[in-house]
Amino acid sequence: MSTETEPLLRVRGLTKHFPVREGFRAKGAVRAVDGLDFDVRPGETLGLVGESGCGKTTTGRMLVRLLEPTSGSIEFAGRDITHARRGALRPLRQDLQIIFQDPYASLNPRHTVGRIVAMPLQVNGINPPGGIKKRVQELLELVGLNPEHYNRYPHEFSGGQRQRIGIARALALRPKLIVADEPVSALDVSIQAQVINLLRDLQRDLDLAFVFIAHDLAVVRHFCHRVAVMYLGKIVEIGDRDDIYQRPQHPYTRALLSAIPDVTTLGPAGRIRLTGDVPTPLNPPSGCRFRTRCWKAQERCATEEPALVPQDGGNQATACHFPETGTISQGAGPAAVTAEEVSK
Amino acid sequence: MGRSETVPSGEPDRPEVPEQRAGEGPYLQVRDLRVRFDTEDGVVKAVDGVSFAVERGRTLGIVGESGSGKSVTSLAILGLHNAKRATITGEISVGGRQLVGLPEEEVRRLRGRDMAMIFQDPLSALHPYYTVGRQIAEAYRVHHPRAGKREARTRAVDMLGRVGIPQPAKRFDQYPHEFSGGMRQRAMIAMALVNDPDLLIADEPTTALDVTVQAQILDLLSDLQEEFRSAIILITHDLGVVSQVADDVLVMYGGRAVEHGSVEQVLRRPQHPYTWGLLSSVPSLHGDADADLVPIKGNPPSLINLPSGCAFHPRCRYADRNGDRSRTEVPELRAAGEAGHLVACHLPAEERTRLYQQDIAQVGVAR
Repeated sequence: MSTETEPLLRVRGLTKHFPVREGFRAKGAVRAVDGLDFDVRPGETLGLVGESGCGKTTTGRMLVRLLEPTSGSIEFAGRDITHARRGALRPLRQDLQIIFQDPYASLNPRHTVGRIVAMPLQVNGINPPGGIKKRVQELLELVGLNPEHYNRYPHEFSGGQRQRIGIARALALRPKLIVADEPVSALDVSIQAQVINLLRDLQRDLDLAFVFIAHDLAVVRHFCHRVAVMYLGKIVEIGDRDDIYQRPQHPYTRALLSAIPDVTTLGPAGRIRLTGDVPTPLNPPSGCRFRTRCWKAQERCATEEPALVPQDGGNQATACHFPETGTISQGAGPAAVTAEEVSK
Repeated sequence: MGRSETVPSGEPDRPEVPEQRAGEGPYLQVRDLRVRFDTEDGVVKAVDGVSFAVERGRTLGIVGESGSGKSVTSLAILGLHNAKRATITGEISVGGRQLVGLPEEEVRRLRGRDMAMIFQDPLSALHPYYTVGRQIAEAYRVHHPRAGKREARTRAVDMLGRVGIPQPAKRFDQYPHEFSGGMRQRAMIAMALVNDPDLLIADEPTTALDVTVQAQILDLLSDLQEEFRSAIILITHDLGVVSQVADDVLVMYGGRAVEHGSVEQVLRRPQHPYTWGLLSSVPSLHGDADADLVPIKGNPPSLINLPSGCAFHPRCRYADRNGDRSRTEVPELRAAGEAGHLVACHLPAEERTRLYQQDIAQVGVAR
């Protein structure tokens, strides 16, 4: 990706703290998202990956302003939308849409498919040439549904088809950026591939930018140009897809990649076995948040928080005091041998 | 990894059920299992003639999409179907005992002692009102009526420690909500293993977990299997998980087994077009990231209204190569060439091998 193009989405210091009370007294805050910086250029897909509780969904919801950020800024197409009010947001929503994870909960069961997909047009008072119905039928066809199913209800469709309805609704206003929150994780394997291919085709044909939120790194690899790896509310590594998957620099990225059971390797692979669980975001570890599970952690990691900086002047930035170097070998887990690595 | 060419079988017309291997007989033997539910909309044939065997110390992975019958099979083995609603026929023999038709009281005595289950969602499988330790101790005392409270507690604490829960004595007195997701799954494994069962059925045990925790749990299961030599059935939709831990694989579609063999055979030299479809739809960490995935067209079938003939035929790329047979005749599970490798497909073996080499092995992930 060239750096000359103006970013479509510019996020700086984005933070969301959820206050926790005990009775009337403030007890502290869940630091769900803690200072994110990233850009998304037009037509680019950025993958946000991480385990549960890392803040990826909260981030997605802030981007489309379903949640109010605690601090930081979100700029979309050059306009600061961090605290834009409802009225000011409306025109913006045409350019910025979201696809949800659960294709069952995100569609109103009492509305027909036609009405669901037409809703964004009606709400925004748009009357497309040829009428709303024609536009809706075009959209259904675009996502691979039969346009004659216009009058059916969500329960008449399978999970994969429902997700297509959600995609058609998101496309109704011809957005520039779509936030997709785990769009395929609730689907069966064979259906997942259909929806990933559809999203890829749409992305290319309509030149859409995506923020693609997922826990499945293999899915992200097939869809995203760039990838940001999150851990406990922070981005620990961000870079071009091939760099992240072939030359990950952050120990957490390496551990995450090696933990994925891949169908191309039989038998237990040489894994980096991370011990313990993700700490609570109510009281994250000092310094580097990954240090409690990191095999390279030293004193400095507890006292000094590593900044997200490019290690070699490239596109890949890593927040680690002791980044890894070199590529990971194919199919055999990470090449870097550590005391924690268990090969059986 | 050793690799041998697929040899077409000499007698391809004989339907086969898995034979016992040399040495000790399999601990679990399922033959021609059928589970039906009568519903208002018609009879649901959730499992329709499935046979397999699992030996001690080995893991069978059952793979399938929603509605394939994989979970119904496991619940039938444990005798957890409501006898009023489900009709179960066939043979299920656990450690030599025939379970189908056994009175509920006797199945209950076996369940938890000789065979145990790990569920997908530990939060709904653990009672929120009782401490984790109490629930594990209770599972022990049910089958050891003479054991005192103290003995059960010692045993439960020991199990919690063995599944890798730090400070087990302290954790014993905590409630499920005080455990993290991975810890809860460990607690449930501790509960399942507290009576040293010989058969462990794990239904999507890691689906709700993060990958780093999933890796811990899968490692734990293999370690415990080595220690206890239990037979394990792992039910999952994740071919990656299967490739890591299973010895044998059973692929189910529409309530029937479509392919069965060693993990090496099924994942490296798959014979059924559905297995091919699954393998090429899974995104991988290796190979060309820009290549399109090859999905299976259409949707998994409804069990009330299964397609005629081969249930997979409406979604199969090769269905019309068999004339009308795919639509009219249900394919039997037959020897696919190598010993122990079974497949239910009308395509002739040579043609399957050729198609696989030509269409799937070249482009797909199976290398």
